[in-house]
Amino acid sequence: MTTATTAVPTTRVPSDGRDNRAGWIFSTPFLVLYALFLIGPVLVGLVLSFFNTATVKNDLGAFVGLDNYLDILSSVDFWKSMWHSTLFTLLTVPFLVVLPLLAAVFAARITRNRWFYRVAFFAPYVVPSASVALIFSYIYSPEIGLLTKAFTSVGLPDPGFLSATKGAWFAVTLMTVWWTFGFNFVLYTAALQEIPEETYEAAAIDGASAWQQIRSITVPLLRPTIGLVLMLQVLASLKVFDQIYILLGGGPNGSTRPVIEYIYDTGFTTYRAGYAAAGTMVYFLILVLVSAVWMITSRRRDARA
Amino acid sequence: MRGDFTRRNFLAMGGGLSLAGLLSACGSPVVTSLTGGQPATADVIFWHLFGGGDGENMGTMVDTVQKATGHSVESTLLSWGNPYYTKLALAASSQRPPDVAISHLSRLSTLAQAGLLTPYEETGLAELGVTQDKFSAPAWQKATIDGSTYAIPLDTHPFVLYYNVDLAGKAGLLNDAGDGLTDISGEERFLEALTEMKKVTGKYGVTMANTADPSTAWRWFMTVYGGLVKDQGIVSDSGTKVTVDDEAMQETFAFLQKITVGQKLAPPNATGAVATQQFSGGEAGFLFDGVWQITVYSGVKMPDGSTLNLNMVPFPALLGDEACAYADSHSLVIPRASGRSAERAGYAAQFIQGLLGQSALWAQGGHIPAWLPTVESAAFKELSPQKNYVDAAANAVYDPDGWYTGAGSDFQNTVGAIIISALAGQMTPKSATSQMKSALKKLADTNAPVS
Repeated sequence: MTTATTAVPTTRVPSDGRDNRAGWIFSTPFLVLYALFLIGPVLVGLVLSFFNTATVKNDLGAFVGLDNYLDILSSVDFWKSMWHSTLFTLLTVPFLVVLPLLAAVFAARITRNRWFYRVAFFAPYVVPSASVALIFSYIYSPEIGLLTKAFTSVGLPDPGFLSATKGAWFAVTLMTVWWTFGFNFVLYTAALQEIPEETYEAAAIDGASAWQQIRSITVPLLRPTIGLVLMLQVLASLKVFDQIYILLGGGPNGSTRPVIEYIYDTGFTTYRAGYAAAGTMVYFLILVLVSAVWMITSRRRDARA
Repeated sequence: MRGDFTRRNFLAMGGGLSLAGLLSACGSPVVTSLTGGQPATADVIFWHLFGGGDGENMGTMVDTVQKATGHSVESTLLSWGNPYYTKLALAASSQRPPDVAISHLSRLSTLAQAGLLTPYEETGLAELGVTQDKFSAPAWQKATIDGSTYAIPLDTHPFVLYYNVDLAGKAGLLNDAGDGLTDISGEERFLEALTEMKKVTGKYGVTMANTADPSTAWRWFMTVYGGLVKDQGIVSDSGTKVTVDDEAMQETFAFLQKITVGQKLAPPNATGAVATQQFSGGEAGFLFDGVWQITVYSGVKMPDGSTLNLNMVPFPALLGDEACAYADSHSLVIPRASGRSAERAGYAAQFIQGLLGQSALWAQGGHIPAWLPTVESAAFKELSPQKNYVDAAANAVYDPDGWYTGAGSDFQNTVGAIIISALAGQMTPKSATSQMKSALKKLADTNAPVS
């Protein structure tokens, strides 16, 4: 899962030309990289999507017009994988928005050894996805896996973490929550530090209990951050690929294959670069729509991120 | 530097030195990744996909060849199946391929048609005495695409009939000499034999991995169906036309179902692990599986403490008049690389020649060598049970030609899934056939990436 940095909207300062030029100069490195690694590839992909390009050949191949798009839009497997990515989002987002918030609030209330809790919550996030997936594949393995044993030793049936669809979704959700929890936790922790201590003091003097303070001060003041975390998490979850690919290979029987793996399979396993590019464009468009809807609704709310 | 030796100067010097070190050898990985071409970390870079016993055998073979030729070989094991072919194809198309690589013959056509492989004529192997007349004919034919040969077959690994010799004796299925089965060819006699075996074991006549293993299901299906039709009868014209013989396919499905759900001679859904357990535990006297599983069963202890005494034979003719063995082959290819010197190309050819010479060791993994000098050698004729099923290589039927077929491909997963449902009795032969046809039609109608 990759994360994105978001620009913080600031109030505009009227400026003359010189300031503007400095701004352009300062943004040049970013703009060059942005053009090279985002705009460029998107344009290349757009061109490819109209051709029957082979991944293993240097030429574009035959022009096929909208064939690739028609194939993608009528492909059962594509929409299945689209649903799998959506399902993964529905499964992970609630946990990854709510649990880190609770953890951050509790960690902030702890006065002694606070650093330890912060490190402990954040630590899993720095482990690479391949390592996490491999460690969890041991934990989930049938017969001998730690968690499988935990189920069977108390007389429950083996949930089939790697071999049954439901078990696999449970497995990948649990793993993802544990692993990416830390990032949202850090965002919440940062936002919590912005809340002035005096508000709590005033509330305490007025006789507000700890729970009332959380409910009436912390959560309302964190609303913009919650909105931001929700959006980042939805996009990150929709972009799921590596942990499902490594842990399950999209299995059992393709029942957990996310859309990015579908694109990967068609592009790099069956070498249909043009078709995969068309799939990417459709998927890209959907992500842009999701982001746009969020931007519009959050503008209305006049959020201060 | 004016003599003041600061940390910064020191670091700059160190950086400069290490960069110089990286750039000095023109074959260094850093340079080749910038300029294109191969990192010359050894005389021969070799990629393969063999784990387990095959991997050990291959390791020994490579060591022997290294000693014999005096050329260093760097061999890399990559994970089996689709990921392997993805890496190989992308490395070759970006001009950084290994010098020699393993490829299944069933996966060859896309690599060859994309122009990623050196044709046999240009490899210089003919001068080393590696010529067509020394190879098993079906394998060489499968390595030849549009008139030119792109791979050197290493083996043929067919789908065969395993049987437990002791149980077969009790069931009265051994021939007079006791070194093989009686004639069990033809549908009726074959089913009878399985029934006799079932009586002896009290559980099943035969077992196989017929669930969660689409490739095995496909191999068994093709062994039966391939004996009924000429020229495979799946798809033709490099996979663009569906050429299914409806009647033959329905007959095939009906036969497959008789064995599983019809007469309950085989479990309707056994995973590979269950099948292994049943065959090693004497719960089934026959096993349908590929020859490479031989290593799984060597020295297995039966429940009564005796060692499993097994033999392997080619499948007899079942529904048709002729025996047919679904097979695939491992082969050696030399990916194209514009930057490869003539000297290195020579090393690659010698390496292939050396590996072929080690075919007898390779045969211990159950594979039938494609290299006839080994097959005809006295030593190989002593190798049991390999000598009993060597004929299967002559009746080999491969995956149909097409860009989407081959070992571990989506094609095998798709058709295999349909066959698995049929084996479990979840659909009639008729609907299984029509599902097969529509799945094949979908693949055939797709624009081929290379042709």
